Amino acid sequence: MSDTPEINTPTFAMVRTLGLVAVICGVLIVGIYEVTLPAVNANKKLALERQVFKVLPTAKSVVPYFATANGIVSAEGQDLVPAGAVIFYAVYDAANKLAGIASEASSSGYADQVRILYAYDVDKQVITGIGVISMRETPGIGDKILTDQAFLKNFEALDVHLSDDLKSLANEVKTVKHGTKTSPWQIDAIAGATVTSKAVGRGINQSAQSLLPRLLPNLDKLTVKAQ
Amino acid sequence: MSAPTSFDEFLSGLWKQNPIFVMVLGMCPTLAVTVSAVNAIYMGLATTFVLGASCLLVSLLRNSIPKQVRIASYIVIIATFVTVVDYAIQAISLDVYEALGAYIKLIVANCVLLGRAEAHAAKNPPLPATTNAIGMGLGFTLGLFMIGCVREILGAGKLFGVALFGDHFQPWVVMVLPPGGFFVLAFWLIVFAAFRHISNKRNVQVQGAQS
Repeated sequence: MSDTPEINTPTFAMVRTLGLVAVICGVLIVGIYEVTLPAVNANKKLALERQVFKVLPTAKSVVPYFATANGIVSAEGQDLVPAGAVIFYAVYDAANKLAGIASEASSSGYADQVRILYAYDVDKQVITGIGVISMRETPGIGDKILTDQAFLKNFEALDVHLSDDLKSLANEVKTVKHGTKTSPWQIDAIAGATVTSKAVGRGINQSAQSLLPRLLPNLDKLTVKAQ
Repeated sequence: MSAPTSFDEFLSGLWKQNPIFVMVLGMCPTLAVTVSAVNAIYMGLATTFVLGASCLLVSLLRNSIPKQVRIASYIVIIATFVTVVDYAIQAISLDVYEALGAYIKLIVANCVLLGRAEAHAAKNPPLPATTNAIGMGLGFTLGLFMIGCVREILGAGKLFGVALFGDHFQPWVVMVLPPGGFFVLAFWLIVFAAFRHISNKRNVQVQGAQS
């Protein structure tokens, strides 16, 4: 090195250097954030739509909404979720008619949070399909929730209808031991992957309990796609 | 310091001083993200970019950074480029971003980076510093790729997502679990050590014959 620094570097030099480095780095970070933001948002939207189309095959477009204690508001273009609000997606078919509702459920599984997306049929008040958003369950064991046909059969018509006062589910969604399912609101666990199966059931129960009582009284606002 | 030619500088990271198999640095991503060949390549390229860009900046600023604050400056510079890569990958593909998870952000803690900045970029002009850093990065990518290939082939029966074996193949699940990373890393370390042993022996014999 040509100019070996002195043992006693003046404080000013250190402050100046750190300031300079911080400014260069700050400009770089802000620049890249601004440049990539539209692409990142478009990617997120695309990824969500792909998931939704998987659980609701007739879907053509997806509109995000917040369900709050006072009703539902459109979440289009909003990044921040208001306190206490639940986000859900109104899904429309080619004729802009409501094809179903999709929402996210998550609960801790064996390794990490198991995040799933479920489709809800508003007429029959049942869950008609699930897809996984993210999970880190053991390959070959926990990830059977995606492939096990007998398990997926639970979600062809999982009963989540509300009680008469519309305050909560009439019957809690519950995962039961493999082979002991007796009611349409129970989920038959996969033998050997009980922890992950239970996470799915718990997640759906929590999400449905908080979302559906707010959603059902306001369904008329959603039947046709808002332009 | 004797200045080797740029190409030697480049090759040293790729082979002679390979960060994974020779220096055994950066083991956290090496074990964590190598469950498939594609993940390994993305992780390697992300690291290469951070390495190249931060070494260039460190080298440019090397004469104005006082010794007492150098580590702080290097870490801020490295963290900046990690953030840049983090946003870039989100913009390119969310699937890759999900697959690599927290390990993109953890590039900042990869000791290959601070090691290169401190041991090489801070003492060399921009061109050799960047060449060396990119060589190191590609060496790191090569190492990750070699581990990722073995783990994907044995653990999933696939390579780059294409099934290699018939339906009768039963995947070795352990290979995509954390222990599999250690097994495969150990396997490659043995292979490399054996290589070095043989070539050292041969060099000794050649020198013996010449004298």
